[in-house]
Amino acid sequence: MDEIAILGVGMHPWGKWGRNFVEYGEKAARDALADAEVGWDEIQFVSGANSVRCGYPGYVSASTFANALGFTGCQLASSYAACASGATALSIARAQILSGVCDVALVVGAESTPKGFFAPNAGERHEDPDWLRFHLVGATNPTYFALYARRRMELYGDTSEDFAAVKVKNSRHGVFNSNARYTKEYDVDDIANSPMVADPLRLLEICATSDGGAALVVSSLEWAASRGVDNPVRVSGISTVSPTYPNSVIELPYLASDSWAAVGDETMTFKDNIAARAYEEASVSPEDLDFAEVYDLSSAYELDWYEHIGLCERGDAAKLLRAGDTSLGGRIPVNPSGGLGAFGEAVPAQAIAQVCEMVWQLRGEAGHRQVEGAKVGLSINHGMFGHGSSVICTR
Amino acid sequence: MTRTQVAAVEGLFTLDSDEPRLIGGRARSRSSYFFPKALAGSDPACLGDEIEEVLLSRTGELWSYTTGEYAPPAPYVIPGDEFEPYVVAAVRLAEENLVVLGQVVEGVSVEDLSVGMEMELVIDVLYSDEEHDYLVWKWSPTPMSENGDD
Repeated sequence: MDEIAILGVGMHPWGKWGRNFVEYGEKAARDALADAEVGWDEIQFVSGANSVRCGYPGYVSASTFANALGFTGCQLASSYAACASGATALSIARAQILSGVCDVALVVGAESTPKGFFAPNAGERHEDPDWLRFHLVGATNPTYFALYARRRMELYGDTSEDFAAVKVKNSRHGVFNSNARYTKEYDVDDIANSPMVADPLRLLEICATSDGGAALVVSSLEWAASRGVDNPVRVSGISTVSPTYPNSVIELPYLASDSWAAVGDETMTFKDNIAARAYEEASVSPEDLDFAEVYDLSSAYELDWYEHIGLCERGDAAKLLRAGDTSLGGRIPVNPSGGLGAFGEAVPAQAIAQVCEMVWQLRGEAGHRQVEGAKVGLSINHGMFGHGSSVICTR
Repeated sequence: MTRTQVAAVEGLFTLDSDEPRLIGGRARSRSSYFFPKALAGSDPACLGDEIEEVLLSRTGELWSYTTGEYAPPAPYVIPGDEFEPYVVAAVRLAEENLVVLGQVVEGVSVEDLSVGMEMELVIDVLYSDEEHDYLVWKWSPTPMSENGDD
């Protein structure tokens, strides 16, 4: 797959600021433009990652952000793919660049979130699995995270201490990140003393909902070279795949998994397919990675990703963690940014924030959380209902 | 006062008090199953018009389980005056290799459960108002697994 360049990145710090999401997106966009040394009037295309929690302006995010920056007549696209929205917005910008429609584009996502559990849209909708799971089962997002966590304990012998150790690790990384919402270093006791939310997961192990914004300035390699940028961070692969039938894991927001009675088997899961596509596009394999940014919606969820992205065999993730392999300074640091454990989740901004971290790491600008000599990074997550999201960056 | 018993949502399960079943879909072409039937689109080999309605297995193996310790937002309806924590199970249906969520009947705690144990489907009250009991399927350990070889 042909590559594009990332010329600039910007973020609005994560938090619970309670302000208009447009502010966060605009701040991130201006920072990304400044970082890229590109003028807003040079941007030919804006790709917005939508929010469904900020009213109509959130559904037309590209126009909303372009308006905030000043309408220049550039082309726009707004897209929504739940937690995968940021990667989807980036993939649309890449397509525009590689097809020659534009040379340089801005990708932006931002959100302002309410307190507490994410809830489905209002109304009574018997055909909407998101409505059904809340109404009939009381299955919140942490319900699903906890089902996966419990299964790890019973199948692989993972313990609550292992899960807590993920949060401890990510909090140690987050201490060095001024964009993170939580910069306190937690210890295992803090986690054990936090309230149980969905057994075996406790409050400090479940990703919070946050406000935040993130943006990227991307261009063709030729355009980057014309600006004197000969060795930019490159987007080498993007995966936005759907699940492949049958997916044996019960995923948000469904009441049931796929059936593997007729075809397939229990080992087939969506999260394996997501990474596979990104590796294929980038011609990279798991051994080539220097670090990864994975979606730790819960502490235990991070361990699932180690296996899905091929850092180890299925069931061995806790061994990697216990050996310190995935801590900063270890063999393959995971979530050097602090991950969702330190950020909480700002849905349309989160996948873009993962790419921002990759850029800082690959440029060697990550300060105390720098992965020494990093050349290849992978980010991964997925949007509920079945939107894959993975980006591989190289330099 | 007697309340009328109705399904919380029609068309997802039978109200047979002895042998309640989930109502799913099956593809005629290759025997893949779906729940609910309306979500049958996920198998690319199946066209919508090939899906027949079937009653799914009443029993299965516990795939995983957890609790809800905090009140979920609407459209969850808190039964009774105060929120009580509940247990949720995911059960792999014996015949269909399909994992289905559901609450676990009252009186069963996570200490009573372990992955792999046999569970069965029952019909129970989800919440009530003055005139109706709204019913839903729930999971319960089968009498055999409760007797304890887990």
